Formats: sequence, C-alpha cells, structure tokens
Amino acid sequence: MENTLLDIKNLKVWYRTYKGYAKVVDGINLFVNKGEKVGLVGESGCGKTTTMKTVLRVLDSKVATVPEGEILFKNRDILKMKYNELQQVRKQSISMISQEPTAALNPVFTVGSQIMDIIRYSEQYKDYSKSEMLSLAVKTIKDVLIPDPERILNSYPHQLSGGMKQRICIAMALVTPRELLIADEPGTALDVTVQDQIHKLLKALVEEKKMSLIMITHSLGVARELSDRIYVMYAGNIVEVAQTKELFKNPLHPYTLGLMECVPRLYGGGISEGIYGYIPDYINPPAGCRFYPRCPSAMEICEKEKPPTVSVSEDHKVACFKYH
Amino acid sequence: MLKYIIKRLFQGIFVVIGISILIFIISRVVPGDPARMALGPRAPQFAVDELRKEMNLDKPLPVQYYYWFKGVIKGDFGKSLNTKRPVITDVKEFLPATLELALLSGFLFIIFATIIGLLSAQYRDTWVDGLTRILSYVGIAIPSFVVAVLLLLIFGYLWPVIPTLGRLSSNITPPPTITGLITVDSLITGNFAAFFDALKHLILPAIALAIGPLFQEARILRSALIDNINKEYISVVTGYGLPKGVIMRKHLLKPSFIPVVSVMGLDFASLMGNAFLVESIFNWPGLSRYGINAMLNKDLNAISAVIIIYGVIFLIVNIIVDLIIAWLDPRIRLGGE
Ligand SMILES: Nc1ncnc2c1ncn2[C@@H]1O[C@H](COP(=O)(O)OP(=O)(O)OP(=O)(O)O)[C@@H](O)[C@H]1O
Ligand code: SF4
Ligand SMILES: [Mg+2]
Repeated sequence: MENTLLDIKNLKVWYRTYKGYAKVVDGINLFVNKGEKVGLVGESGCGKTTTMKTVLRVLDSKVATVPEGEILFKNRDILKMKYNELQQVRKQSISMISQEPTAALNPVFTVGSQIMDIIRYSEQYKDYSKSEMLSLAVKTIKDVLIPDPERILNSYPHQLSGGMKQRICIAMALVTPRELLIADEPGTALDVTVQDQIHKLLKALVEEKKMSLIMITHSLGVARELSDRIYVMYAGNIVEVAQTKELFKNPLHPYTLGLMECVPRLYGGGISEGIYGYIPDYINPPAGCRFYPRCPSAMEICEKEKPPTVSVSEDHKVACFKYH
Repeated sequence: MLKYIIKRLFQGIFVVIGISILIFIISRVVPGDPARMALGPRAPQFAVDELRKEMNLDKPLPVQYYYWFKGVIKGDFGKSLNTKRPVITDVKEFLPATLELALLSGFLFIIFATIIGLLSAQYRDTWVDGLTRILSYVGIAIPSFVVAVLLLLIFGYLWPVIPTLGRLSSNITPPPTITGLITVDSLITGNFAAFFDALKHLILPAIALAIGPLFQEARILRSALIDNINKEYISVVTGYGLPKGVIMRKHLLKPSFIPVVSVMGLDFASLMGNAFLVESIFNWPGLSRYGINAMLNKDLNAISAVIIIYGVIFLIVNIIVDLIIAWLDPRIRLGGE
C-alpha cells in the first residue's frame, strides 16, 4: 500500500539461552500508515521492546536471531539491508525512545554532547556549523518544555531528575526530523502526573511534526489517549487489533477483555484479578494458543492448535478460536 | 574540582610523613652508630662524639627525627657509605635514567593496551581475540626479569641487532644534561644520532617492563568494553545511526577506560619495583639498580633516599590517576549517585 510506512510481516525473534532458544516474538504482523498513531499494548515481558529493537536492528546479534519474517520500511526490507542503507534509515527515518531514560544516557558525557552527536551524524544537519548545531540543540530542548536549556546541555545525566532525563530522551528522538517515532513506554518510571505531562507533550509534538507513532505501553488507558489504532500483544503474538474506538466498544479476545477489566500491574506476574497467571515460558511455549494456560474461556482445541487470525470486521482482527 | 585536588594533596603529604617516620625508625633501630659508620672503625672516639653532636644523635628520637626530616625536605639525605658522595648527588645522577625507562614503558603499555583491548573487544571470539588471550596469559604469567633475560639472550647473543647494555653507545657524544633524560635532551639539542642511539638502548628494558602490565590492562579493557557494549546507551546511539567507529572509540571507550586507569596506576607503581631487577640485567644506570647496591651494602642513607623518592613518585602517580578518573567520570568529579 502506498500509504504504509512500516509493515512487519510474520516476524519471529528468538533469543539464544543456555537452555535453548527462547522463542519470544512468534510471527507478528503489524503495520503503521503515514501520520498514524498506533498503540502496542501488552503486559511486561510479552516482547514489545524486542519487536521494536528488531526494527532498528539494535539487538545483540550474538544473542538475538530472526529466523523468519520481513520488516518493510517503504517497501524495503530492513532485515536485508546492507549496513549503509540501514544507517540511512537509522539516521533520518526512524527513531526510538528507550524504555529506560536513565540507562539510555551515557553517564560520562554531557547531555549536550550526546544530542550534538546525533545532530553531527544525521543526514540533514551534518554540514551545519558548530553554532548552528548548538542552537538546534537548544531549540529542541526548549520544545520538550525544559526551562534553562543551556544549563541542561552542560549537565551530566546523573545531575538530572527522572522526568528531565525522559524529556531529554524525547528531545534526542525529535532533534532531527523523522517519519516514524517509536516510543517505548515513556514515563513508566515516573509518577502519574509527570507521566501524563510527558504523554501530552509527545502527542502534541508528533502531531505538529506529522510523524507516525508507535506507542508502546502496558496500559490500554494510555493507548486509548494516544493512538488511532491499537495492537494487543500477548506472549509474542498479536492477539487483537482494531481502531481505538472499535476496540473499546467491542473487545473480543479474552486477553483484551482481561486488560479492560482492570488497570494492569506494571511488574511481576498476573494482571491483577483480571487474568490469573503468568506469561508462559518462551523456551517451551504452549503448543497451541499461548494464552491457553490462563484463558477463562479455553476450549479443547486451544491446547493443541494455534488460533489463526480472523477478520471480524474491516480493520478488526482477532486470533482466538472463539471467533473462528 | 580544585577542592578535590587539594584534598588529595593533603592526603599525600600525610602519607609521605608516615613513610618517612617508618624509614626513620627502621634506620635508627638497626644496630650500629651512624656517626661511627660515617667515620669508619679507625676514627678516634672524640671525633665520633663530635659528629654525633653535629648530627644531633645525642638528642631524643623525636628531635632527631625533626632534624632528619628537615634535611630530607631540603634534599639532604646524608652521605652514601658506598659511593662516599652525598646521596642527593647520586640521586640526581641515577633517577633520570629510571624515570626515562619507566616513562617509555608506561607510554608503551598505555598505547598498546588500548589498541589490543579495542581490537579484541571488536573482534571478540575471533582469532584476533584468541591470539591476544593466549599472549596475555603468557605475558601475565612471565615475570618481567624473565622477559628481560630472554630479550637479552635473543638480542644480545642470537641476533645482536640492538644494543643491550647501558644507556648510550661509547662512540656517541652524549647531549648536555638538561632534564637528564637522554632522549629528551638530545631532541632539545637536535642531536638525532644520540636520540636514536638512546632510544635503541631504552627499548628492550622498556619492553621487558611493559609486557606484563600491557596484557593485563588489555584484558581488563576488553572485558569492560564487552560489558558496556550491551548497555542501553550503546543500543540508543546505534539506533541513531552513529558510525560504528565513533561509538567504539568515543561512547564505549570512555566509560570502559575508568577501571583500566586505576590498574594502570598500580602497574606503573609495580613497574618501578620490577625495575630493580630489570635495570641490573640490562646494566641500566638507574636509581633502582643503585637501590639494590645500597641494600647489598647496608647503605642506610641511600636506602632511605630511594624509598622516600619512590614513595613520592607513587603518590604523584596516584594523584594523577585520581585526576584522570575524575576527568573521565563526572559522577566522581561532581559528586552524587
Ligand atoms: N537478551 C535476552 N536473552 C534472553 N531473553 C531475553 C533477552 N532479552 C529479553 N528477553 C526475554 O524476552 C521477553 C520479552 O522481553 P521484552 O523486553 O521484549 O518485553 P517487553 O514487552 O518490552 O516487556 P516490558 O513491558 O517489561 O518492557 C522477556 O521474557 C525477556 O525475559
Ligand atoms: S484461542 Fe482459546 S485459549 Fe486462546 S484466547 Fe481464544 S479461547 Fe482462549
Ligand atoms: Mg520493554
């Protein structure tokens, strides 16, 4: 499709472990249109970060392998790109905000030096003079609503608060124009009010710059606020996808229903009372539906066979035998 | 930052005073009368008594220490029994040779440890890494004086292409003494023949001293680099499309260098210790060889001087190391966390 920016097809990502392959991402399909904001929702450990780091190919290739799948960016497969072509995508097309702002900043360089490096090695601004680069950095810092940008640029990460570091990470992702922004749970580590500010800021900036957005989050509530369309992910599978309105009006998959029932807990096991149990073991995952061990409406067939993804209406798909 | 430096200097001064007290006590505890030793067994008793008075040996120990330390600060360590000259004259003659050797050796291990560490991290688990791993086991296991003897055997007897003894060939006119480092002095005066000849004399003992520290540091750097390569901040800059080389040499090397610098400081200190043997093997007229001779001859003044000077050098190296670490790591420099 002309309008499609990113199209992930049947992507599998496995990690090598000493006990065997952890088959984390299990054949997912996900696309993002130009200017579209997409939510990717699922509980901790379901493979959201793994999927998106594969898009930029930043996982350690000694540990992570991609046995199958395509990641088409403007119809070119990122997984097959040569180094130079891949660098072009990284430099000017896609940027990703890390899940952990504290770990994402190098402790021994100033914030300014880290932002300047992104500018210096970008495609658009590599010929800028030093002072032009600096004023661009200052402007970007202002954009993320940080007062006193000059002081912040000269600070080291450990001198800044968590919320500040999160804003810096957003600034880094937006300092050069990009077509697609992947935001990996920005604000999870922050208190609720700051988190809310960060989300509003992100939404405003993405809309202003007419970028596409993939918003990764644990919470359907956050996804509802920030996205046009929502993918629900469970244990490396996309279990349901629909327009935001449609999903909230007519949730189908038992896992989505569980998520709707209550606000998910961020870390640890089950999702509150909604769904009992834990994410399955990825080294020996369930043979059939990966949700089977926790599913309140499980049937006999679910144990042995994988539920195929079926369309229930235009744009609304679900992978569950209940709707087969 | 300034406060930090001043604090370190103060600590250093106290350590030097501590060392000096220790040495003073040891030198007074050993049997024998320094005045008698200085004058020889045949001197008349009244002359000895006179000298005892002059040397303040008739005063209580703390007062003696006060006079002794006052002298030490002014560079007066007394006379050497061995050379019959003031110890400070000997020190001025022999210290530059040791410093020249130690500096070149330090320079070698800093440069090559960095290069080898970077290469074996970048090509980890390939033959490059395997080769440096084997070399480093060998390099760490063999003591420097064994390397010295091996080098002497190879380049002194089997394949004599490099001079193996002394600081300068006899047919070369030495440059005038400015710093006392022959290589530096000959460069300053434009005497290139002397420069290259001095460098040739330096290289083997310097290699003997550098080889152990070099591989040890290369391994530490390699593992620090590999630890950090999976850090989120490296994945982030990779995602922004920064060139591999820039990430390796800048974003990865700087944080990984912090543990290596401390080890380099320690290695530099033990290098001065190892120089005791290596200087003797290469007949290098340095302070370490002088110290060994002093020990063999129970030349107390000379021993005290060598120990205090090495103590001061350790301290200076330590302060430099701390400064470099503070410069590398803002969390130390600026406090917090
Ligand atoms: N290097 C690795 N080796 C082995 N397993 C890994 C590795 N990295 C991640 N995993 C596993 O892959 C699974 C998915 O991890 P991922 O970080 O993608 O989840 P996530 O959906 O982003 O979770 P969260 O919401 O907590 O960020 C987890 O079970 C994790 O333990
Ligand atoms: S396929 Fe079966 S086990 Fe899986 S979610 Fe649907 S009903 Fe539950
Ligand atoms: Mg994650």
